[in-house]
Amino acid sequence: MPVLFCRRHLLAALSSLMLSAAPASAQNEAPVIAAASDLQFAVTEIAAAFTAETGHEVRLSFGSTGNFATQIREGAPFQMFMAADQKFIADLHAEGLTRDEGVLYAEGRLALMAPKGSALQPDAALDNLAALLEAGTLTRFAIANPEHAPYGLRAQEALQHRGLWEEIKPFLILGENVSQTAQFALSGNAEGGIVALSLALAPEVAAQGDHALIPADWHAPLMQRMVLLRDAGPAAEAFYAYVQQPKAREIMVRYGFVLPDEG
Amino acid sequence: MDWTSLTLSLELAAWTVAILLPVSVLGGRWLAYGRFRAKGAVEALVMLPLVLPPTVFGFYLLLAFGRNSPVGAFWQETFGHQLVFTFEGLVVASVIFNLPFAIQPAQRGFEAIAVDLREAAATCGMSPWRSLWKVELPLAWPGLMTAMVLTFAQTLGEFGIVLMGGGSIPGETKTVAIAIYDRVQGFDMQGAGIMSAALVAISFSAIAITYGLSARVGRRLA
Repeated sequence: MPVLFCRRHLLAALSSLMLSAAPASAQNEAPVIAAASDLQFAVTEIAAAFTAETGHEVRLSFGSTGNFATQIREGAPFQMFMAADQKFIADLHAEGLTRDEGVLYAEGRLALMAPKGSALQPDAALDNLAALLEAGTLTRFAIANPEHAPYGLRAQEALQHRGLWEEIKPFLILGENVSQTAQFALSGNAEGGIVALSLALAPEVAAQGDHALIPADWHAPLMQRMVLLRDAGPAAEAFYAYVQQPKAREIMVRYGFVLPDEG
Repeated sequence: MDWTSLTLSLELAAWTVAILLPVSVLGGRWLAYGRFRAKGAVEALVMLPLVLPPTVFGFYLLLAFGRNSPVGAFWQETFGHQLVFTFEGLVVASVIFNLPFAIQPAQRGFEAIAVDLREAAATCGMSPWRSLWKVELPLAWPGLMTAMVLTFAQTLGEFGIVLMGGGSIPGETKTVAIAIYDRVQGFDMQGAGIMSAALVAISFSAIAITYGLSARVGRRLA
């Protein structure tokens, strides 16, 4: 009896396998776009508008620009890459992994953000942050990992410019990308953090705290460049063009991005 | 609720179980009955994925199967696409990572079979193959079942490896564990909560059913 029982189970398992094997390959049509996580809300909205207008689907993958660059070198099947810092695009281009040098699509800005009820009151000059540090009441402060996340590196530069870097170091918690950083900053387990303005302006995030825009000349500019990768198909090409058109640009502006003048 | 990710995770778990079932029977039996000098080393090697941090494991897999490695290059030539960052790549990683969960309980299952019984089967003129089907599997199957359920549940929850060598591609490498991580980062706590609860329910049911079945079989045999 047990043998029969076992065999029946094996059959059931195998047949369910046959049935389930199909869908994975059927949906491989839509190109995968790797996008820096500061684009989490803006590009999701642009993609929805793109699909509504053209009928093309794209699949979005958000993460840290540095990690995506590494994955593209290892052969990740992305068709388009929207980086938070153009340096990464230049490197990939030099290695022959992109179709061309790409195009500048936005300039990103930093925001100091604190959750509702935090001891930190965000101000553009970071005076309140400095006061908390002075008083010894800061417990945790979130920035993205400067090693591979452009927004982290720029946050470090801004803190260095303000002369707070050495003092604030022991209190830092590092997000894997700027989106996770916003999550950390607003979780209530930190006084706040430095995030992308584009995240601070998203309704889901804005409802959870207050923010202040950090002066652009406190850090090197976040020149955000995008590029088509070598295997890009027609749908990725269409999306690449769409991001540069007025409808998409209007969405980018709404999320606080500064747009380049050249199309 | 992200059904694509949940389906993908279930598919990954099903493939892993299907590939590891014969491995668990043959490998577990070999380790249970075999007497050879390197046995300790083989057992240690099988258990290694259990103690290694998944990130270390994922890092080595990326090196071993990346486009610059011999395996990665062979895969590219044979199938015309990359192994890492694909569903097939996740299956390969998952199979290796689950070896301890698949082999260990099976080995214990075979070890529990009395030597007399196997000798009796051989004396009756049964071939090793026939003895496996008629005598050993009916006795060892609770161990095998445990092995497969552990593998299935473990694959559903796998995170570190998929994060290192997956790329979070919807419908290809974005498993439910990654989807939950992405939802949290996208400030969608409700979505993350629903998917987490679904994962807890599926894993709990799988293990509860196994224990229930094992208990029933235990009573019947006693």
